[in-house]
Amino acid sequence: MAEPLRKPEPPEPARDTHLIGKPFRRVDGRAKVTGTTKFADDLAFARMVYVRLVRSTVPHALIRGIDFSEAAKVDGVLGFLTGKDVPEPFGILPVSQDEHALCLDKVRFVGDPVVAVAAVTEDAAYEAAWKVKVDYEPLATISGIEEALATPEPRIQDYGDHGNVHKQVSMTFGDVEKGLAAADEIFEDVFFYEGNTHLPMEQHATVAVPEDFERVTVYSSTQTPHYLHRALTKVLGISASRIRVVACSNGGGFGGKSDPFNHEIVAAKMALKLGRPVKITLTREEVFYCHRGRHPVLMQMTTGIKKDGDRVSITAQRLRTALDGGAYGSYGVASTYYTGALQTVTYKMPAYEFQGVRTFTNKPPCGPKRGHGTPQPRFGFEVHLDKIAVKLGIDPADLRLGMLAEPDTVTANWLRIGTMGLKRCIEAVVGGSGFRERWGKLPEGRGLGLACGSYLCGAGLPIYWNHMPQSGVQLKLDRSGCVAVFCGEAEIGQGSDSVLAAVVAEVLGISLGDIRLCVADTDLTPVDLGSYSSRVTLMVGNAALQAAERAREMIAQAVSQQLEIPQNRLVFAERRVFDAADPDKGLSFQDAVIAAEARFGTLGTTGSYIPPRSPGRYRGAGVGPSPAYSYSASVVEVEVDPATGLWNPVHVWIAHDVGKCINPVLVMGQVEGSVYMGLGEVMMEEQVFRRLPRHLSGALVHKFPSVLEYKSPTFEDMPPVTTYLIEEPDPQGPFGAKEVGQGPLLPIMPAVANAIHDAVGVRVDQVPIHPHMILKGLQAKAQGAPARFGPKAFPEIDFGETLLVPTPDEGGDGTAINDYREKLRSGMRSSAGTMMTREEALQKKRLAALTTDLKGA
Amino acid sequence: MNDDVTFLKLRINGEPRAVVFPAHHTLLEVLREECGLTGTKHGCELGECGTCTVLVDGRPVLSCLVLAAEVAGRAIETVEGMQDGNDLHPLQATFADLGAAQCGYCTPGILMTAKALLAENPRPTEAEIRAALAGTLCRCTGYHKIIQGVEWAAARIRGENWTPPDEVFYGDRLPEEAEP
Repeated sequence: MAEPLRKPEPPEPARDTHLIGKPFRRVDGRAKVTGTTKFADDLAFARMVYVRLVRSTVPHALIRGIDFSEAAKVDGVLGFLTGKDVPEPFGILPVSQDEHALCLDKVRFVGDPVVAVAAVTEDAAYEAAWKVKVDYEPLATISGIEEALATPEPRIQDYGDHGNVHKQVSMTFGDVEKGLAAADEIFEDVFFYEGNTHLPMEQHATVAVPEDFERVTVYSSTQTPHYLHRALTKVLGISASRIRVVACSNGGGFGGKSDPFNHEIVAAKMALKLGRPVKITLTREEVFYCHRGRHPVLMQMTTGIKKDGDRVSITAQRLRTALDGGAYGSYGVASTYYTGALQTVTYKMPAYEFQGVRTFTNKPPCGPKRGHGTPQPRFGFEVHLDKIAVKLGIDPADLRLGMLAEPDTVTANWLRIGTMGLKRCIEAVVGGSGFRERWGKLPEGRGLGLACGSYLCGAGLPIYWNHMPQSGVQLKLDRSGCVAVFCGEAEIGQGSDSVLAAVVAEVLGISLGDIRLCVADTDLTPVDLGSYSSRVTLMVGNAALQAAERAREMIAQAVSQQLEIPQNRLVFAERRVFDAADPDKGLSFQDAVIAAEARFGTLGTTGSYIPPRSPGRYRGAGVGPSPAYSYSASVVEVEVDPATGLWNPVHVWIAHDVGKCINPVLVMGQVEGSVYMGLGEVMMEEQVFRRLPRHLSGALVHKFPSVLEYKSPTFEDMPPVTTYLIEEPDPQGPFGAKEVGQGPLLPIMPAVANAIHDAVGVRVDQVPIHPHMILKGLQAKAQGAPARFGPKAFPEIDFGETLLVPTPDEGGDGTAINDYREKLRSGMRSSAGTMMTREEALQKKRLAALTTDLKGA
Repeated sequence: MNDDVTFLKLRINGEPRAVVFPAHHTLLEVLREECGLTGTKHGCELGECGTCTVLVDGRPVLSCLVLAAEVAGRAIETVEGMQDGNDLHPLQATFADLGAAQCGYCTPGILMTAKALLAENPRPTEAEIRAALAGTLCRCTGYHKIIQGVEWAAARIRGENWTPPDEVFYGDRLPEEAEP
């Protein structure tokens, strides 16, 4: 549709927006519907050659030797790389630099890359890769959480907290024991959330091109060009100024292209070795091995509930999570904290304890998928609350509405909540679905379920510690009237380019056609950390806002002087700069820029964004803080066939508090896409593994690394969706905007599980929900047993000493009272790992303070 | 590895193309590599995702499952051939305006499939659209904006002056309870 423009109503143009909040065609829309968008695999260069990776066929083994003799004979083969050629380790997190571009001496899962082959054609590269013979010495395989906890040896990684435990955390906010003791009733549940993968339609691809001065340019399908740039610099051992990373438009990301990957580093190394452009495009099978998807998580939730009349409140909650991390760290440390971090931002929770453990297993590494670590505990929490409502005989909507967290407060775990539209979200989906009238009253086989969620608008801290901006934008304006916008953000389909352009166009009162974007190029664009943690609209938007306002200021000064109009009366709209009091008096935007260029010389402005500091100061407080939180609520209606257990979503009502829509039609796309992906996770999607029969090595392999067998919803599976866009503008966001890319996924899985219970009275405490699970529950019900399908128990885990963090209500200062100098901390952890009492901890802290003073003296 | 090479004259988007390629290469490979028509994508290598769909004699075909040698002399249509001069095809325009193309990777295949649908059924019901497109996967949109884009384009092609209701652009109207 034509870009909407309406005459501003002077004298208050600031109150009016000509673009923001109205539907407009995304700036990359034409390229995407004409097939001209260049994805990484669409690039071709003269003399370009192809690389294939030889991946491990065994899940855990030492590499005894590699035989290239047959492979080398293949016509067209140009060279090979092995781990020795790229020995420097890398990884997305500074604390887990555990990956190698090619395995050095050991493989850790089926699909771990061992050798890279380059050839003049892709066919020749394939053939040579098949002919490389790797001799393995098998090691015992660890296939899951319990096995990893019970099997410290052999260690899959030679680092981590202990054995095959990668990371273990324990944090107690406030007096949880006291809270549970004060409860009228204590509820406890165990849940399991199976792993699943992103399945972006575009398979990862990278093209590396060597250039003069020993430089190399790497074009890749990555969500995080800046972090890839850092990994390439580390592994290749050449200065960052000699490496240029360009993130091509991603054919879907969902978190799956947020890590620096083996193939990206191999392509760059091979290009520098051969002195020719090198392309590698992964097969779909390889994409399943790259993975970094949803962690399988086992959870135990214990909640104290107080009931005064119809008013129900949470007195305290204890959450334990165990994650199956796969063979490498990836984002896993952050993922572990995220399984606990956001439990507190939706409902009042005066005391909270979180204990999490991430294990290493011989499977492709898990990492961040849409919702990163939070959908699993959110599923548990919202089903848990549904059970509580049913047990107490309270409407699940009233239960939630009665315990909502307050806006502009700080939670027990020190997260600062800004605007909070959850009340309006719940009322919208409850009203729209007729939940109050229909819940619990539908015929057998029909049911309604309600659930909520909340998500970050960008992680408060960068992945590596620094004091630089998390997002930067540069503008270049000149006499042409064109505004060139430079920013490191990566377009992965979510519409980040359109947000960037719209913010600048809005401030300068020009049309999208007057803007030229240059994005995601580490040589040409200021750093933006990338498209992850739903950070782009808020962070890039704020940086763009600052840069555009600075440009507007310069132009306004020049026009004000030239036309003798007070600067505060100037309006930027309709590609003009004019007098609010006399709209006919003004200049075209181009002439206004000419005036500014004449007055100030060559025009350029910059904008930066750094999130506000979080009040949390304890170890682990870095995960969870965000400038703002989005909120979502959903009601799902399902139909279940009690004879077969087959179920289908009939209708989804979803409301999302997006703060302010930059472009409502694109916001709807993100909401509907999140609903779809959530339905996929609860209906069918699972990244699961099986052991081959003994005579076939007994290896642990991916059950179905193909699009055919990894089921995902089609056009036929997607139910009608009623989408309510709730706007609670947040002062932290550009024009009040918050995130929308991930939050709306969160309520879907639990809403479905709750609806299935409403339909047939069966609790399925795990995801995905398969028909046989419902049948098992119905059979149990028929035999008078609890109508439930799910994990039986949470494993016994010694979480060691817990961090004791007083809450804001307790007058805490955001620090832990038992976390200080490492020496003393290790000294005070009892061998049994039993936790200290608060009194003991305070005593030790005083002692520590004393010894510190003595040292100081 | 089979080293046989085929020489063929293909007719792509109405234009003659003389191509030389390894005999075992699929239409998908020949379009992308020999012809440089990279608008057609690949997503699964086994005919499951629909991303590589092109039209052969007007019918949707999975180009990853067809040998280029099989379609000599047939009329091949790809997304590059949809535009009329510089004007977008109605399907392209409505997809762009509704954000029916998010990452845009599955879009060419879906556009070609939808074009074939509208050619034989100018007034498809929602169910008919879902059925026709069920062979193509999209991970971004949740499919709704695509279905609405096809409905809108169908109306335009029929010459009707119809645009989708506001709810399609702004979200559904809030029930009374939600009014602040």
